[in-house]
Amino acid sequence: MTQVNNAYIVEEVQAAFGTDILEHQEPYGMLTLVINPAKIVDLLTWFKQHPIIQAGFLTDISGAHFPDLKGGELNAVYHIQSMTQNIRIRIKCFVPVENPVIPSVVPLYSGANWMERETYDYYGIQFEGHPNLKRILNVDEMDYFPLRKEFPLEDGTRTDKEDKYFGR
Amino acid sequence: MTEVTYSNKPLPGIEGPGFLATSLEKAVGMARANSLWPLPFATSCCGIEFMATMGSNYDLARFGSERMSFSPRQADLLIVAGTIAKKMGPVLRQVYLQMAEPRWVLSVGACASSGGIFDTYSVLQGIDKVIPVDVYVPGCPPRPEQILDGVMKIQELVRNESLRRRESDEYKTLLASYGIQ
Amino acid sequence: MQESIELNKEEVKEYTTLNLGPTHPATHGIFQNILKMDGEIIIDAEQTVGYIHRAFEKIAERRPFYQITTLTDRLNYCSSPINNMGWHMTVEKLLQVEVPKRAQYMRVIIMELARIADHLVCNAVVGVDTGALTGFTYMFQWREKIYDIYEQICGARLTTNIGRIGGMERDFNDDVYKKLREFLKEFPKAFSEFCSLLERNRIFFDRTINTGVISAERALNYGFTGPNLRATGVDYDVRVMNPYSSYQDFDFAIPVGSNGDTYDRFMVRQQEMWESLKIIQQALDNLPQGKYYADVPEFYLPPKEDVYNNMEALIWHFKIVMGEADVPKGEVYHAVEGGNGELGFYLISDGGRAPYKLHFRRPCFIYYQAYPEMIKGGMLSDAVVAMSSMNVIAGELDA
Repeated sequence: MTQVNNAYIVEEVQAAFGTDILEHQEPYGMLTLVINPAKIVDLLTWFKQHPIIQAGFLTDISGAHFPDLKGGELNAVYHIQSMTQNIRIRIKCFVPVENPVIPSVVPLYSGANWMERETYDYYGIQFEGHPNLKRILNVDEMDYFPLRKEFPLEDGTRTDKEDKYFGR
Repeated sequence: MTEVTYSNKPLPGIEGPGFLATSLEKAVGMARANSLWPLPFATSCCGIEFMATMGSNYDLARFGSERMSFSPRQADLLIVAGTIAKKMGPVLRQVYLQMAEPRWVLSVGACASSGGIFDTYSVLQGIDKVIPVDVYVPGCPPRPEQILDGVMKIQELVRNESLRRRESDEYKTLLASYGIQ
Repeated sequence: MQESIELNKEEVKEYTTLNLGPTHPATHGIFQNILKMDGEIIIDAEQTVGYIHRAFEKIAERRPFYQITTLTDRLNYCSSPINNMGWHMTVEKLLQVEVPKRAQYMRVIIMELARIADHLVCNAVVGVDTGALTGFTYMFQWREKIYDIYEQICGARLTTNIGRIGGMERDFNDDVYKKLREFLKEFPKAFSEFCSLLERNRIFFDRTINTGVISAERALNYGFTGPNLRATGVDYDVRVMNPYSSYQDFDFAIPVGSNGDTYDRFMVRQQEMWESLKIIQQALDNLPQGKYYADVPEFYLPPKEDVYNNMEALIWHFKIVMGEADVPKGEVYHAVEGGNGELGFYLISDGGRAPYKLHFRRPCFIYYQAYPEMIKGGMLSDAVVAMSSMNVIAGELDA
């Protein structure tokens, strides 16, 4: 009975995907893999169908914006877990802000539908192949992606609160 | 600061054996004040405190609000409890427009009164940006006793209101400033 | 005569579009469903959410760590202590701080009380939607008793902000113990009355069995967690899979359904309330002595006597309130079992006073996507009951 732990998973994944895995780390015990964005659907399918790891539950998709990482400013973070082996894995893919395209995993996990819409709404990452990629939480007419670092928290057009009294 | 007095006399007027002479305004004011039917427009956490106010411990029903009306046409008092986002603003305005006169608005909680702790791009900083408000109840969330105090202040307003408020110039200019005909 | 009969041979089907929401007495929360219906049967549903989007994740990038607890209160506001504790545990994981046993047991008591409060609202509202208003009025009285206990512990009823990073802010006083024991003695009797009202009720069976059904495979594919997933037959509970805050010390069962319909979701929540009572009893009986907070001087305010007399404590107090804390860089994901399922916090810290990025994995947002699939082919009244049995809280849906 093979012991399924982070080292085993790294070994298997590198055997299957080779150079598409750009790096792997274990911050606070959770295995984190960075993958080439074009291969994300293949990687998640491989995890789901692997007979021993059986990581077939998508916990969450979110995004982040790192304005200093040229060529990889936006990223999408996928958290998956294996119910049978009780192990969690984090997968990231970095895309440049000029062309933020990542293939959508909706055909594999129906739950990814709204998770990807939320990430699109906040960061502007285009998920290719998504059935209905439009804004979900913000108003439909909004023309910028609010969670990117260059945009402020407050509404610039409000007239009743003066910034100097609020420490901004 | 004006003193608010809560009248505990049933109705001011001239009493005699078997009759009471009072003005129509006062009689109608008393009737309206003690039978306000609220429309609970509860969006978030203040909505749960409002539900606790409706429950048996704090009991809003003894103030006349026995029946929660969810249809705007049948409600007198619009209780807005919870955060109103910019996406929800037009919906709130529609509900207010559908209410029939006479109507009053009670804004429960910090979020409805001024945006609360959410000074963000997506939250309306106070419902008085879209509809005229009569009483504001601060708190996050306000205790049920505070909500009852707000309802009592509304009752005071209702009791002293003239019968033809909707014809007065002050009311018309107020509604015009919100763009409501 | 012949012509008119032939004209009627071809039927033209016309569908009705019904707008359910966003302000609707039956949807407990503000979200919109546009239903396409064939008479009373639902063919399709299109959802719109975001009517209470408050941009929590953007606000969290501005606030120091201890101020984010007040934001987490407002996620699932029916059980806010669970959200608070989840956030504290996430930061403690980042700082690698070990919280003393006494504080962990106190946290368990508070979290299980919050779970009871949340499930009470959900089940009472399922009763209301099928027409049984009595259960709602009686059960809300018991929520007031839980609020009394919260008030003794932290001073607030609903948005509690309980606990601090590193433990609890004060110990339980005698009144808390008295109220807890009273609650554990009196609540089972009142709760059995509520159970007897609905659990074996023929009308309730007809309304809820085989309505709003979802199978275990579809539920797992959508990412369901919590009572909604356990009703389909999968026994996944974060308290057992990744135990946190000493849950491994307690003996409790995980109720699991079989059908995935509205009745199973109702019954799973009922049973979970009984299990929570057992956990609270065990925690109260075995509450260990000791300190109720860990030694985290950068986050835990020193006692006021020290602040007024001791220079070092004054400096720590100033640094904490100004938010100047040294936090290690890194990213951490921590999940707790909230009232609705796995509530996850994904925190990226860059060493500054506020998180670089904080994402909430909200169970309501994830399982509400499955609602159109659950109600397709059913009737409108069943759709309403299915929605209330899923316990969709608008604050958690839109964050």
